[in-house]
Amino acid sequence: MEAIHLTIADWLIIAVYFGFVLGIGFYLKKFTRSENDFFLAGRKNSAWVAGLAFLSANLGALELLGMTGNTYKYGMYVAHFYWIGAVPAMLFLGIYMMPFYYSSKIKSIPGYLKLRFDEKTRVLNGIAFAVMTLLVSGINLYAMALVLHTFLGWNWDICMWMSAATVACYVGLSGLMSAIFTEIVQFFLIWFGLFLVAMLGIVEIGSLKEVFHRIPEAYNTLWSTSADPSKNGMLISWGGIVLGLGFVLSFGYWTTDFLVVQRAFTAKDLRTARLTPILASFFKMCVPFLVIIPGLIALILSNDPKSGFALLQDGGKLNYDSALPLLIARYYPTGLLGLGVTALLAGFMAGQAGNISAFNTVWTYDIYHSVINKKASDVHLVWMGRAATIVGIIISIGTAYWARSFPSIMDYMQAIFSWVNAPLFATMLLGMFVKWITPKGAFWGLIAGMGSSFTLFLAAKFNWISASLITLSSVSSEMAVNFWRAWWAWCICFIVTIVISLFTEKKPESELVGLVKGLTPETATGPIPLYKKPEFIGIVSLVIFILLNVYFW
Amino acid sequence: MTSEQPQMKSIWYLVGLILISMGVIIFITGLVSPETQKTVLAELRPDIWWGLVMIAGGLTLFLTNRKSST
Repeated sequence: MEAIHLTIADWLIIAVYFGFVLGIGFYLKKFTRSENDFFLAGRKNSAWVAGLAFLSANLGALELLGMTGNTYKYGMYVAHFYWIGAVPAMLFLGIYMMPFYYSSKIKSIPGYLKLRFDEKTRVLNGIAFAVMTLLVSGINLYAMALVLHTFLGWNWDICMWMSAATVACYVGLSGLMSAIFTEIVQFFLIWFGLFLVAMLGIVEIGSLKEVFHRIPEAYNTLWSTSADPSKNGMLISWGGIVLGLGFVLSFGYWTTDFLVVQRAFTAKDLRTARLTPILASFFKMCVPFLVIIPGLIALILSNDPKSGFALLQDGGKLNYDSALPLLIARYYPTGLLGLGVTALLAGFMAGQAGNISAFNTVWTYDIYHSVINKKASDVHLVWMGRAATIVGIIISIGTAYWARSFPSIMDYMQAIFSWVNAPLFATMLLGMFVKWITPKGAFWGLIAGMGSSFTLFLAAKFNWISASLITLSSVSSEMAVNFWRAWWAWCICFIVTIVISLFTEKKPESELVGLVKGLTPETATGPIPLYKKPEFIGIVSLVIFILLNVYFW
Repeated sequence: MTSEQPQMKSIWYLVGLILISMGVIIFITGLVSPETQKTVLAELRPDIWWGLVMIAGGLTLFLTNRKSST
């Protein structure tokens, strides 16, 4: 395709963004005095700051491009990622799990595993998370260069090195604090930058009602076609959605992935930490307006020959990820085009900064401080965090070049999460709510869960077994296989952990106080009005979630 | 003798500043660019009114948080 031409106004907007994020990094450096400031942003954030950062850490450009493309491919079913695939898990984290995380004063999720189980479970999860984070960070960098090269004609190498250097600069200077600040800037830029795509699309089609009217039933409902997988665009049954996405993948990601949970750890007190994912859930329910509506609009325009709209093709296959950039180019005049490009750039860079800040914390605390240098001082740990930031960025660049020579790695993003997060959720759930789960049970359960998820991935990929054995259905999509594989990995980890725990040595109850339900005193929050209580706000969120599902049934 | 610690500016103040800066650029670009641009629905002048929306949103955040700290 012909590259989209940017004018001086568009470049000016991009320059304003880069100036601000670098300026924020330098400005915050003077407030970054201790390891607490660098790794936990000083633990003084409000629920709004932590909540928006919690959501933004997941709202990268890869997600925006991918989900808009997925909507074109699968229809409204993609909204499940934002509703059943997020909201119940976020509320569960805020209501039930956060008291254990926050009160134990841990600095990372592997840190909880060390307290609840033992050092080897912590290191195993720390290494798995570090590898996953760098892989995702590299793929993110590759995707950014790919988008900017394809649509704007920018030089591939310059895109990667410039953005990597910028992220290294501001995360290296002030750690999680600047990562959170830029994530909030990104949140506003994404909303202001992409909201108009959906609005102008609706105006062009006629109305929101007309948008839903012009797409087939298999693409415009959430549940009514889920009894028979062959009747919906995703080729999946309600069982796969509820068990695979709604339970295992969603809870695995939102309650145990340190990249997002780290934001809640920066809250100023326990009530604020509990409110963090609950407030984020309201915004999460709104994101489909930015990705689902444009995906449906792209689908309608593609089916209308008079519109002149068509997705790009790569080797004869439709490039679904091109839907959002093509809509930006269709609707945005000069100036606004710079804002749209900046929104995507901000999404990519904040996504990378989020991964790198989570990586530097896990590396410093759960691998370096835990295994290599147990006597490291506060000052030395901050130095190590900065060094890990630079090294993490360099490895990400290496991964990005690897992804460039092996483009199908992009398809494995969802699979990577199911290798690490799905089994970890079983370990966490058992660890927090069952006191007789043992360190050996947790360790071997985690190994079995991660190993089985990876083996099932290979088995489906190379046709060692039929996908129908995994999905329990004669028809299935790649997404359906992902959901069901996560469910089986979770079950295997859950069962192995329980069986081994029955026969191995338990930790004394005195060591589990504050870490396990039933051995932890209820935290008194003091007299606060009902509307400020996390439980009440959580119920409001749950009601809205149910209404949305019923309305789009 | 007491040394005063510098107060960190609120994130909302900084977000306000960036929205105002970008809104002004988009608004002015909309005013000076020709009415007949090649984009679909350009006749609605989305750049002009969206630039104004960004300026208004940015000013609200900037003014309400200029004295607060994070």
